[in-house]
Amino acid sequence: MKVNNIEQFEKVAVAARKALENQEKRVFVCCGTGCVAAGSFGIYEELKRLVAEKGLLVDVVLEAEEKGIGIKKSGCQGLCQLGPLVRVEPFDYQYFRVDKQDCVEIIEKTLLQNQPVERLMYQSGSRVCHTPVEIPFYSEQTRLVLGQCGQIDCENIMEYIAKGGYTAAGKALLQMTPEQICDEISKSNLRGRGGGGYPAGRKWSQVLAQNSEVKYVVCNGDEGDPGAFMDGSVMDGNPHSVLEGMIIAGYACKASEGYIYVRAEYPLSVARLQLAVEQAREIGLLGENILGSGFSFDIKINKGAGAFVCGESSALTQSIEGERGMPRVKPPRTVEQGLWGKPTMLNNVETFANVPHIILKGAQWYRSIGPENSPGTKAFAITGNVNNTGLIEVPMGTLLKEVIFDIGGGINDGKKFKAVQIGGPSGGCLTETHMELPLDFDSLKKVGAMIGSGGLVVMDEDTCMVEVARFFMNFTQKESCGKCVPCREGTKRMLEILEGIVAGKGSLEDLDMLEELADTISSTALCGLGKTAPSPVISTLKYFRDEYLAHVVQKKCPTRNCKSLSSFVINEALCKGCSKCAKACPATAITGKVKEAFVINNRKCIKCGACVEACPFSAVEEV
Amino acid sequence: MLDKSKYPEVDGILAGYAYNRSALIAMLQEIQSAYNYLPEEVLEHISTEIDIPLSKIFSVATFYENFSLEPKGKYIIKICDGTACHVKKSIPILDTIKKELGLNSSKHTTDDFLFTLETVSCLGACGLAPVILVNGKVYAKMTPESALAVIKEIKENESK
Amino acid sequence: MKGSMLIDGQRVDFNGEKHILEVIRKAGIDLPTFCYHSELSIYGACRMCMVEDKWGGIMASCSTVPKDGMEIYTNTQKLKKHRKMILELILANHDRDCTVCEKTGRCILQELAIRFGIKKVRFDKDEKELPVDNSSVSIVRNPNKCILCGDCVRMCNEVQGVGALDFAYRGAKMQVTTAFNRPISNVNCVNCGQCRTVCPTGALVIKRDIDNAWEVLNDKNKFVIAQIAPAVRVAIGEEFGLEPGSVTMGKIVAALRRMGFNQVYDTSMAADLTVMEESREFAGCLQKGERLPLFTSCCPAWFKYAEQKFPELMEQVSTCLSPQQMFGAVIKEHFKTDREAEGRETVVISIMPCTAKKYEAARPENRNSGTRDVDMVITTQELAMMIKENGIMFNELEEEAVDMPFGLSSGAGVLFGASGGVAEAVLRHLCSDKTIGSLKNLAFAGTRGMEGVKEAEIELDGRKVTIAVVHGLKNAEALVKMIKAGEKQYDFVEVMACPGGCIGGAGQPVPQSAHIKKQRTKGIYNADSGSTIKRSEENPTIIALYEGILKDKHELLHRHELNKES
Ligand SMILES: Cc1cc2nc3c(=O)[nH]c(=O)nc-3n(C[C@H](O)[C@H](O)[C@H](O)COP(=O)(O)O)c2cc1C
Ligand code: SF4
Ligand code: SF4
Ligand code: SF4
Ligand code: SF4
Ligand code: SF4
Ligand code: SF4
Ligand code: SF4
Ligand code: SF4
Ligand code: FES
Ligand code: FES
Ligand code: FES
Repeated sequence: MKVNNIEQFEKVAVAARKALENQEKRVFVCCGTGCVAAGSFGIYEELKRLVAEKGLLVDVVLEAEEKGIGIKKSGCQGLCQLGPLVRVEPFDYQYFRVDKQDCVEIIEKTLLQNQPVERLMYQSGSRVCHTPVEIPFYSEQTRLVLGQCGQIDCENIMEYIAKGGYTAAGKALLQMTPEQICDEISKSNLRGRGGGGYPAGRKWSQVLAQNSEVKYVVCNGDEGDPGAFMDGSVMDGNPHSVLEGMIIAGYACKASEGYIYVRAEYPLSVARLQLAVEQAREIGLLGENILGSGFSFDIKINKGAGAFVCGESSALTQSIEGERGMPRVKPPRTVEQGLWGKPTMLNNVETFANVPHIILKGAQWYRSIGPENSPGTKAFAITGNVNNTGLIEVPMGTLLKEVIFDIGGGINDGKKFKAVQIGGPSGGCLTETHMELPLDFDSLKKVGAMIGSGGLVVMDEDTCMVEVARFFMNFTQKESCGKCVPCREGTKRMLEILEGIVAGKGSLEDLDMLEELADTISSTALCGLGKTAPSPVISTLKYFRDEYLAHVVQKKCPTRNCKSLSSFVINEALCKGCSKCAKACPATAITGKVKEAFVINNRKCIKCGACVEACPFSAVEEV
Repeated sequence: MLDKSKYPEVDGILAGYAYNRSALIAMLQEIQSAYNYLPEEVLEHISTEIDIPLSKIFSVATFYENFSLEPKGKYIIKICDGTACHVKKSIPILDTIKKELGLNSSKHTTDDFLFTLETVSCLGACGLAPVILVNGKVYAKMTPESALAVIKEIKENESK
Repeated sequence: MKGSMLIDGQRVDFNGEKHILEVIRKAGIDLPTFCYHSELSIYGACRMCMVEDKWGGIMASCSTVPKDGMEIYTNTQKLKKHRKMILELILANHDRDCTVCEKTGRCILQELAIRFGIKKVRFDKDEKELPVDNSSVSIVRNPNKCILCGDCVRMCNEVQGVGALDFAYRGAKMQVTTAFNRPISNVNCVNCGQCRTVCPTGALVIKRDIDNAWEVLNDKNKFVIAQIAPAVRVAIGEEFGLEPGSVTMGKIVAALRRMGFNQVYDTSMAADLTVMEESREFAGCLQKGERLPLFTSCCPAWFKYAEQKFPELMEQVSTCLSPQQMFGAVIKEHFKTDREAEGRETVVISIMPCTAKKYEAARPENRNSGTRDVDMVITTQELAMMIKENGIMFNELEEEAVDMPFGLSSGAGVLFGASGGVAEAVLRHLCSDKTIGSLKNLAFAGTRGMEGVKEAEIELDGRKVTIAVVHGLKNAEALVKMIKAGEKQYDFVEVMACPGGCIGGAGQPVPQSAHIKKQRTKGIYNADSGSTIKRSEENPTIIALYEGILKDKHELLHRHELNKES
């Protein structure tokens, strides 16, 4: 069925709402990447089968009259670590670590008797939290972009419409001029969520001002930061919000074609977006003359092929064109000459997903969230050595400690906090001293870090920061496109030096060389990848210089991560001469006479640690 | 000339994109999923069919991590070494599997073409780090031991 | 855009310059670059051209648009430090064997390393050695000397539209290479050598035939004959500090004699033969109204390109051999009996502006009487090296005349050296009006000049004849496609692979700026003006040949049996 004007659309919306209400109970099985990995598809099928057996299953389809229970796939519900998650409306019961075997009980107890299954619920101390709002992880968040992610069926456009979806597009296309939209976005001070924080309204106005018949809207869903999955979650949890943002953007800059570039590692996102596009086309929200506004727009989906640098805007457009994803020099900027040399409005997934909210509720409202200069919320993927890992959304300007301790629940295994890497391989680390730092574009910039895409990787006291620097350098070096000399050759050399340091071959001069290289690379590289590649090294050198010094001067790794710098000795006092270690040693480095203390020949030892494991008396020590 | 009996799907794939050169990456992706790598012969055929120099196709194919010019194993194991998985100790898993399969940094596929081992940066399941992927299926919260168990299971199924 | 800016404190006006690099150069500052060429697209990869603004911001001048009121510094301490680091990084990954490098003395990397006083490279050299590709008879590719500036890739793709070279892999593993790293002789490379004219290092060089040449020159059993192509005479002087376009034919002849050549001739004589043959062929086509447009065949790079890309078009490519091959075939035939009597072997060495001629001479069909018609091809640049090697003071040489009996040639033959020359020479011959005025009219008909595609319309015996002249293979490709689509109609199309024609051949001295090419072209037209014989058919040598050995041996001048196997 196709809607040709707003009246028809509203009729559909009413019918969709009614259909949704007909589902007296709604079960949301989290089918985000994390929960799928934990087996949520099986749970979905099982629940569906069981409910169908009872004859209670209904879908959100128009004109449906009977009432019943809806079983849906939702996007990421947030606490992936405790997956698979299942939530049941209208009670809002939130279940964790659900197993296929639990399905019968959920149906019997919750769906038929309206009772919670407490053993599947979150325990905060002795308290059982029935609903998300009772769980600190959720209660401290403000979910806007992720608001419906986890709350709606991510594969059904009717449900999105039932919950108010596409009304913003209707408003924009029928009641506003492109200028007014650009103006509203400018006033909202929405800043690009892809890392740079460039004001979206300014970009939109620039594209609108370009004199060209053909223009494009491109959505950057490349999300290459290893350790971030916000954009992926939005794309597979609420794909229509991205499409709606793009439709509004297309109208605002007079483009008639949009592209979404999704990284290849997100097959779920690709599939859900594809489905969403088809559904939107079917109902007439994509295609010719949308809602009778005279505006036509369609969206294509491109799959990346494995290159982090393709997140950079000019590399991304090259890749859509079927070329190597090598960034090109600017000017011309993407707004002037982007995809196929035409003016292009390129924004991040989260940026687009903010747009419908702003159009509906206005710039004024939007600016009431977060600080003046970075309004709105920001989604973060919080991972690493923290108790609650997962997807969160907080107002910009939330303090680092609130995120890590209140929401993240602090460091796991009772370890001490050491640092948090923000902004992925282009970002820097924040330490204990930054606990009071508000997370927003400008505050982070001041301390030499950046919000980047929003990956937050928490590291505990056992983490070696030199090794972390090496890890990121290895990543950027591998992902460098190879075009410009400073990045191609320079990151290689930085990596070489860092590898030397963790292997115990570093010197003080190496630290100077690292800084010298970092200076040239960040000043002269062609694109953001190179310019920011040295950041992790610079920030760890700044905050953890003593750890570097320990590696190069004392030849010791304080956290004992760098195996080359440690050695194994047998404590004579403890050794019983049982020879187990010698048998375990793959390098035949351990010799001795039975019942006398054994010794390790450190020249032969390859530092595998097998002897430590093998010794029943804990006589082998790592020093 | 392309041996059509060996590569029956190629022309269909090209036609699906109307022989449009800008769809090169999408074409290569489909070719790769049909034949599990990019056969040289097929690339030559594409070059003439859509009028792109072969050097350009080679150039694109070698730029992107996901393309392979060599046949891969039946099971492609990807170890996530994204930041989250890395700090949750993904490297010991990688090392263990390498050892188990007799692979190293220059040899990624077993001689019997059963396994190919790769690393990948973040699968978007960081909350369950460390994760590995076997032919698209995500295995969460891995340890070297549980990873070995996964491989063992595959081997057993294969020898049945 | 118009305006003025401050460069190192000096006020400089600009007017339409696209990038501040051009403005900076206009201000007399030689900013170092590897990846900038005015005829290629902006690539921005070497980062040597960085400049600083008054706020300390650093930007690449090759890709920054000039704005009124800009304040730019080109040589701050900071910039120098970065430039040196970049050079050091490049050198760290480079085969630094300058003394034995083909490029030494003309290498931009070497020059900049000297200029910036790089005395030490603090990084270890990569272990891996990539194989040197010696497979082509025209160029040699040494990837270990490649700095990935991409100049060759853009030349081969943007200007030549061939795409034999491209980038492969990425990051530190990136390389410039052929498809699947095949030997370059085994891909679609047409041997034009244009890639090597922009390569700043020794990664792409001309295949060296100098040592073979010395060998035959010192072999008593060989009778060595040189032919000198038109474009050589207007460019070789550059190697000896002369102005581009200086015509030095007499000195070249003198130098060759001192190096041991037994006889020295001018390829222009053979060009006259080509004019005669091609005109006859063209007139026939016009009359019968078939094989139109007729394409020229004298550029071997174009010829190979057409064979590969438009095999269906080969029918319409003239059957005439190129002047070089006509010369070889005729000369060998002529001297056959004499040499056989002496028991000596005739060796023909061409002196060419062209790397593709090395390939042409080696093509298997270019053999009569059992041996190659042209035994060896030496480029302009190689000849200059040979002259230097023997310590001949080129500028001091007294001019000498070429040998007889093939010593005469027409101005029309010399025109072959510049784009449009073949077409003009053919028209001179075909035009029935043989007055001076008609010569002038032809000169202004539209075949001369530097535009990529030129069109001319001429009345020949009451029939309008339309002609296209194209240089640069990318331009040729576009033109052919238009012709095939019926969007354009011509009777005669001259194609030269190299921008500017043979004066811009890849065997010529580098660099080859647009300005230098213009000067060389001027030299060609000056040489024509100075010649007493204007038209090919007036050349007594030609007349004698047609009455002599060519009387019943016309087939010596045409290609037969094309690609029978395919
Ligand atoms: C190396 C590199 C990788 C990038 N990766 C991404 C990415 O994965 N997603 C993204 O939205 N932006 C990424 N960006 C930023 C984009 O270039 C661009 O600024 C952004 O998508 C613009 O959208 P926004 O203004 O909405 O943030 C990357 C930039 C660089 C230099
Ligand atoms: S900085 Fe790195 S990624 Fe960016 S263009 Fe240069 S080499 Fe490529
Ligand atoms: S660490 Fe490994 S190699 Fe070294 S002694 Fe122990 S078992 Fe042997
Ligand atoms: S295993 Fe332990 S106790 Fe036994 S010989 Fe080794 S160090 Fe001694
Ligand atoms: S390419 Fe240049 S720098 Fe390199 S060895 Fe040759 S002359 Fe020296
Ligand atoms: S410059 Fe130095 S290294 Fe080079 S040839 Fe002369 S002496 Fe040898
Ligand atoms: S010789 Fe000509 S065709 Fe061959 S690689 Fe160089 S530019 Fe390309
Ligand atoms: S071969 Fe020469 S021109 Fe080509 S990229 Fe390498 S250095 Fe540059
Ligand atoms: S234009 Fe002249 S120099 Fe260039 S390839 Fe053709 S024949 Fe050779
Ligand atoms: S994927 Fe299920 S909670 Fe994140
Ligand atoms: S880092 Fe492994 S899934 Fe994200
Ligand atoms: S000349 Fe500007 S970057 Fe190379």
